[in-house]
Amino acid sequence: MELLNILFVAPFVDITSSPVFFAEVVIGGLMTGVMYSLVALGFVLIFKASGVFNFAQGAMVLFAALTLVGLMERGVPIPLALAGTVLVMIALAMLIERMMLRHLVNQEGIILFMATIGLNFLLEGAGQIAWGSNVKVLDLGIPNQSFEVAGILLNQFDLFAAAIAAVMVTVLAVFFQKTTIGRALRAVADDHQAALSVGIPLKTIWVIVWSVAGIVALVAGIMWGAKSGVQFSLSLIALKALPVLILGGFTSVPGAIIGGLIIGVGEKIAEIYWGPAFGGAIEGWFAYMLALAFLMFRPQGLFGEKIIERV
Amino acid sequence: MVAPAQSLLTVNNIEVIYDHVILVLKGVSLEVPDGGIVALLGANGAGKTTTLKAISNLLRAERGEVTKGSIECMGERVDRLSPNDLVKRGVIQVMEGRHCFEHLTVDENLLTGAYTRRDGRAAIAESLEKVYHYFPRLKERRTTQAGYTSGGEQQMTAIGRALMANPKMILLDEPSMGLAPQLVLEIFEIVRNLNKREGVSFLLAEQNTMVALKFSDYGYVLENGRVVMDGDAKSLSDNEDVKEFYLGLSSGSRRSFRDVKHYRRRKRWL
Repeated sequence: MELLNILFVAPFVDITSSPVFFAEVVIGGLMTGVMYSLVALGFVLIFKASGVFNFAQGAMVLFAALTLVGLMERGVPIPLALAGTVLVMIALAMLIERMMLRHLVNQEGIILFMATIGLNFLLEGAGQIAWGSNVKVLDLGIPNQSFEVAGILLNQFDLFAAAIAAVMVTVLAVFFQKTTIGRALRAVADDHQAALSVGIPLKTIWVIVWSVAGIVALVAGIMWGAKSGVQFSLSLIALKALPVLILGGFTSVPGAIIGGLIIGVGEKIAEIYWGPAFGGAIEGWFAYMLALAFLMFRPQGLFGEKIIERV
Repeated sequence: MVAPAQSLLTVNNIEVIYDHVILVLKGVSLEVPDGGIVALLGANGAGKTTTLKAISNLLRAERGEVTKGSIECMGERVDRLSPNDLVKRGVIQVMEGRHCFEHLTVDENLLTGAYTRRDGRAAIAESLEKVYHYFPRLKERRTTQAGYTSGGEQQMTAIGRALMANPKMILLDEPSMGLAPQLVLEIFEIVRNLNKREGVSFLLAEQNTMVALKFSDYGYVLENGRVVMDGDAKSLSDNEDVKEFYLGLSSGSRRSFRDVKHYRRRKRWL
């Protein structure tokens, strides 16, 4: 009886008794969600454009952030450091194409996936060898003041992150759906060989995708780095992006955002209202449980491409 | 005989090795005249697809390599070019088994074919209309994801997609695969039309010897990675060997298997 109460009655009583607090929880969740989405976007990009699940996306976030901080520590002014990091990420994309992808054309997805696991270790190692492994502060001067709207506490930094995410999604969605290169990217994801046969140069396409994913990783790295410092654990936020992807669908840019928001809000609400029933710390695993449920009932995610099967 | 039309594509005695060890083509030579339809005939594993892929250079993506011989297109060596360069020069392959982009609509599938073109949107839109003119069936399905269209429609999409590149020559691999006889004829009629009206040359690999010879001007018969016979379509379909082994028409009474083997042994190797 007490269990029923704590699961099904008490949380709702709490919610209705203090709607402002609830709103704050939701907004807090949305903001965390945006941050997850930023990481998930990088995965979606590469998966959508080449059918590869890039295990190294988290390492790319870390690598980009480390490079940026490293340059800034050496006294490079912010705009130059940003440009420099973008160049490094593009160079990285070219290297990845040359050393890895070029040799794996037309191989099974799982082989490419394993190659990205290797890449993950390489990037984590290389980034820390080059720039050191201690926690670094990243200060780009993004405003970080809190203010109140209708009794709800908001943070400028969070709003800034949301705006960035919105811009990125719009740009990427248009890029994929409306441009020739975007169409070619989707074609490559569907069928490497057929894409080759119509004269789409895979090498160029891969460099483009990985560059864009690198830049998305940089954006995610900046936002996460500014929030929690640039450190090794940045590469682990990629794990949080996994349930986001499963929810939103691996191939959908808007899906990455919606998935991120659902996970963000979901885990905050679960933690605060249902946490006591489980002895707390739900936040750590709630996302994965949700993902598991999705895998059972809707494996392609909310917005993912359906697996087309002709019978 | 009329003087042969100018050669568009010449394949000189090529040898293809997969994975550095498996010898698949053991010296194949063929020629496609400008404006011709040439058929490449043979059974499973004879090397038809490999020959086409050697020409379009999709071979390298499958760890295959042209180790001997040369391939020339309009007098220029092309065996070291990438598929992208070849498409730009007007040689494009339609792969066996259609290979449409499943999640792209028919429209988008066709437009990917124009990837290498740099002559502007208007020209591409015009080509798109032209493709829909030749394949009216596709027009009805232009907003459907290609994965949900029928086999015939997918084959048409694949051919249409190749047409969008404004090719001089299409390497067409097994267009009849998995299609109803009626549909096979429909597709071959379109191929003939494209050849007559748009001047596109075709090199087609086909197991369906009867249909292939009906619609082509010239044919090569491949067996075990070698050309064992070639001739114009008429003479090939009248040839006793071709009749026996590829058209399933035997002239006399049924022979025992041993006789057949004997008969095969005295094939004329070229």
